[in-house]
Amino acid sequence: MKLTLDALKPGNECFVKRLASRDILGQRLMDMGIYPGLKLKVVRNAPLEDPMELELDGFYLSLRHEEAKYVEVEQV
Amino acid sequence: MKREKTLVALAGQPNSGKSTVFNALTGASQHVANYPGVTVDKMTGHYRYDGIRMEVVDLPGTYSLTSYSLEERVSRDFLLHENPSVVVNVADASNLKRNLYLTFQLLEMEIPVVVDLNMMDVAERRNIEIDVKELGRQLGADVVPTVIRTGKGKKKLIKSIRMASRSEKPFQPLRIDYGPMEPFLAKIETRLSMEKSISGKYPPRWFSVKLMEGDSEARELVRKHLAGADEILGFVEKERHSFESEHDELPERHIAFRRHLVADKISKTCIRPKEDTKTPLSDRADKFICHRFLGPAFLVGVIYMLYYLSIVQGYNITNYTWPVLAKFRSLVESILPDPGFIAEPLIRSFSLWFVDSINALLNYIPIFFILFGLIAILEDSGYMPRMAFILDRLFNKFGLHGQSTLSMVLGGIYVGGCAVPGVMATKGIPDERARLATIMIIPLLNCLAKVPLYVLMINIYFVEQKGLAMFFIATISLLIALPVAKILTLTVLKNRDTAPFIMEMPPYHIPTIRGVLGRAVERGWLFIRKIITIVAAIAVIIFVLLQFPGISDERQAYYSEEKEKAIATFYKKIKGSPYAEELKGENLMALILYWNEYKTAKMMTTGEEAAKELNQKFEEENPVFFKIVQPKKDRVAKKVNRAFKKLFKARKKLLREIKKEKIDNSFLGRLGHSMVPFTQWAGFNWRVNVSLLSCFAAKESSVATLGALYQQEEEGETLEKRMKKGEVGFTPLHALALMLFMVLYPPCIATTIMVKIQSGSYRWMLFSVIYPIILGIIVATLVFTGGTALGLSGLQAMFAFYGLALTITIGMGFVKAKNVK
Ligand SMILES: Nc1nc2c(ncn2[C@@H]2O[C@H](COP(=O)(O)OP(=O)(O)O)[C@@H](O)[C@H]2O)c(=O)[nH]1
Ligand SMILES: [Mg+2]
Repeated sequence: MKLTLDALKPGNECFVKRLASRDILGQRLMDMGIYPGLKLKVVRNAPLEDPMELELDGFYLSLRHEEAKYVEVEQV
Repeated sequence: MKREKTLVALAGQPNSGKSTVFNALTGASQHVANYPGVTVDKMTGHYRYDGIRMEVVDLPGTYSLTSYSLEERVSRDFLLHENPSVVVNVADASNLKRNLYLTFQLLEMEIPVVVDLNMMDVAERRNIEIDVKELGRQLGADVVPTVIRTGKGKKKLIKSIRMASRSEKPFQPLRIDYGPMEPFLAKIETRLSMEKSISGKYPPRWFSVKLMEGDSEARELVRKHLAGADEILGFVEKERHSFESEHDELPERHIAFRRHLVADKISKTCIRPKEDTKTPLSDRADKFICHRFLGPAFLVGVIYMLYYLSIVQGYNITNYTWPVLAKFRSLVESILPDPGFIAEPLIRSFSLWFVDSINALLNYIPIFFILFGLIAILEDSGYMPRMAFILDRLFNKFGLHGQSTLSMVLGGIYVGGCAVPGVMATKGIPDERARLATIMIIPLLNCLAKVPLYVLMINIYFVEQKGLAMFFIATISLLIALPVAKILTLTVLKNRDTAPFIMEMPPYHIPTIRGVLGRAVERGWLFIRKIITIVAAIAVIIFVLLQFPGISDERQAYYSEEKEKAIATFYKKIKGSPYAEELKGENLMALILYWNEYKTAKMMTTGEEAAKELNQKFEEENPVFFKIVQPKKDRVAKKVNRAFKKLFKARKKLLREIKKEKIDNSFLGRLGHSMVPFTQWAGFNWRVNVSLLSCFAAKESSVATLGALYQQEEEGETLEKRMKKGEVGFTPLHALALMLFMVLYPPCIATTIMVKIQSGSYRWMLFSVIYPIILGIIVATLVFTGGTALGLSGLQAMFAFYGLALTITIGMGFVKAKNVK
């Protein structure tokens, strides 16, 4: 089974492999700086578990798990 | 003399400091916010340099220039169609790589670009070293490092803008290498070059990249300008397909990917990698601020402080500002024509009504100023996105969005906000469905104007449980708003677009005093302008509706008769006294006014010295009248005093009866009466109806109108007492139904207008007015009729309703809504 970003826990690091969304979500992810080959880290989950906070190359994004499902990753 | 004008566009990613650059350049104070997506409208200003007028436009912050979001479309359209001479790309130096992604897209449009490498102080603090020269060489554009918040680099930036605008040499920016896509792009470019009608209008490279991206607006341009549009678009579509099948990747993804690759390459050659990798301060702070338990606790604390400082402390300030407003009223009163014995000149009653209406609103200004200032601090500091982060899960369950938080706080998530700025702030919400849902529920929150009615009702009918009742009313609005949002999401908003919640968590900043004050003043001013003008207009209408058609001639004659009787009695009583002669004819009315004036003046003075002075002043003015007012030991004067007091009281009673009859008989009163068959099930009598009707203008009218309906019988009697006396059959259950109706009261006129602006349609505006009325009647009827049938007390009904609302809210949270993209 493919590993996706939503399955990662805080502290985990990974490389982005593929964005599995063909629609606006995929484009938004790209525009916000999530692209194949990028290394990122899950920093924390929100107090109610969702959304999650990511660190990528010196800046921070928050993303819902439901959307993180579309980011295929490879854990480091 | 020729007047030259140069158009300069400011573009950049959110939080790069565009608005700060705009302010530094133009000197105007404009919204500066550390919150993604605050600027959607473009702002314009200007400055002069070299005798040339430089028009500056602050475009909305965007991460990219596709046409997926409103902000991006606004920026793109401006750059494409308004022909700016220069684009200043404000980029965050501490995050250069990510910012380059947008820079490339700007360069592609082939408008001269100056890159403002802002936030150099932050970059330095983080040990990021940037080779500015090399960066400029690679980009093919001027790069100016600045710390614009302190003004560092501003001069150089202004000079660079001027240089770029002169454009002596053609602008030859970096050309992104799209790798395997290049042959496809070349084909489209060749195809486009055959079309005479657009050659030179749009940069050919840019156009082909956009078409390859499948950009909807680029396609629109083809349709608009080219005769054989369908053929060309078909050709492009074929190319897109063959690229995808050859490379197993969507063309638009590949384009974005390539841009990231180039950004990565450039940043590797121009940025000295930072040596220490210790976590930035903001992230360490977030360990606590977004902590599982501390985070929500901190959030509650922040919201509590917000209301404590603005509502409680702001209210204390009104103790100082209210006398100023009261003085203003007296001033107006003093220049108006005097009232007659029972007839008040229309101009007088109208002017006083008008001043009272406006004063009621002006009284809130200190509260709003503090509230707006504090919210500016929250926005500027960067805490807002954290609030969104913490609350998104909860709000999302009800069809709202993490970024609804700001709107809801402004609208009064606990007690005391204002729906106007609340609805206004919804423009930052990227998800259309959540945005509309937020707009629709903001008026259900507890705006400041609803509070006086709550306080009145609680002080009369829930005296024993004041704290509990206040907590009930403060939180019930949210328990109604959330399920309503969910129901709207599942029904009328079902097919609206949703957007992913990908939000930047910017680093914390220390807010600047100038930024905070600037915004507090700006929002406050907006409030005054928008609200006061509208409320003033409506005050006039309500006045007319309450005054006319007035009292019949018959009744008028009756009141005149009563008046003559009272006066005759008075004269009979004082007959023979030396004062009788002095109080003949017009002098009697003069004494009434004198008496009134003295009493009011006396009420406003404190201290013995001042009282003495006051007495002296009034004695000098009219020694005879003074004797009657202050008879002391003089027996004759005392007798006159007593008789006069009776007359005075009789007059008051007449005035009260006339006013009551006037309202009773007025258009609004008749409407209130005619509504009783419907509203009786909710426990509203005609007086309550009239007061609720008068709220359409502004909700603070509710208490004022009730005040007019329950006239004073004794001097200084509070409205609480008067109402209790006037409504014998009124129970706590009535009060509860009324309070709940107030929670669900339709938005005021000013909010309605804002709803129209933010939702962009009259239909939504109408909807926002109608659904709360229906819901309000249902809820009030349920509570009153249901409560009566079950024999519940007010308090029991309160608990029952709270339980019901809580159950529905929790239940609604589990219903899933489908996403639409
Ligand atoms: N340290 C630092 N902060 C800055 C600088 N320029 C702007 N800021 C802050 O960055 C935040 C975002 O600025 P703003 O102008 O609203 O960005 P915009 O979203 O691009 O319009 C504000 O808190 C500013 O005070 C700078 O040169 N240095
Ligand atoms: Mg801005």
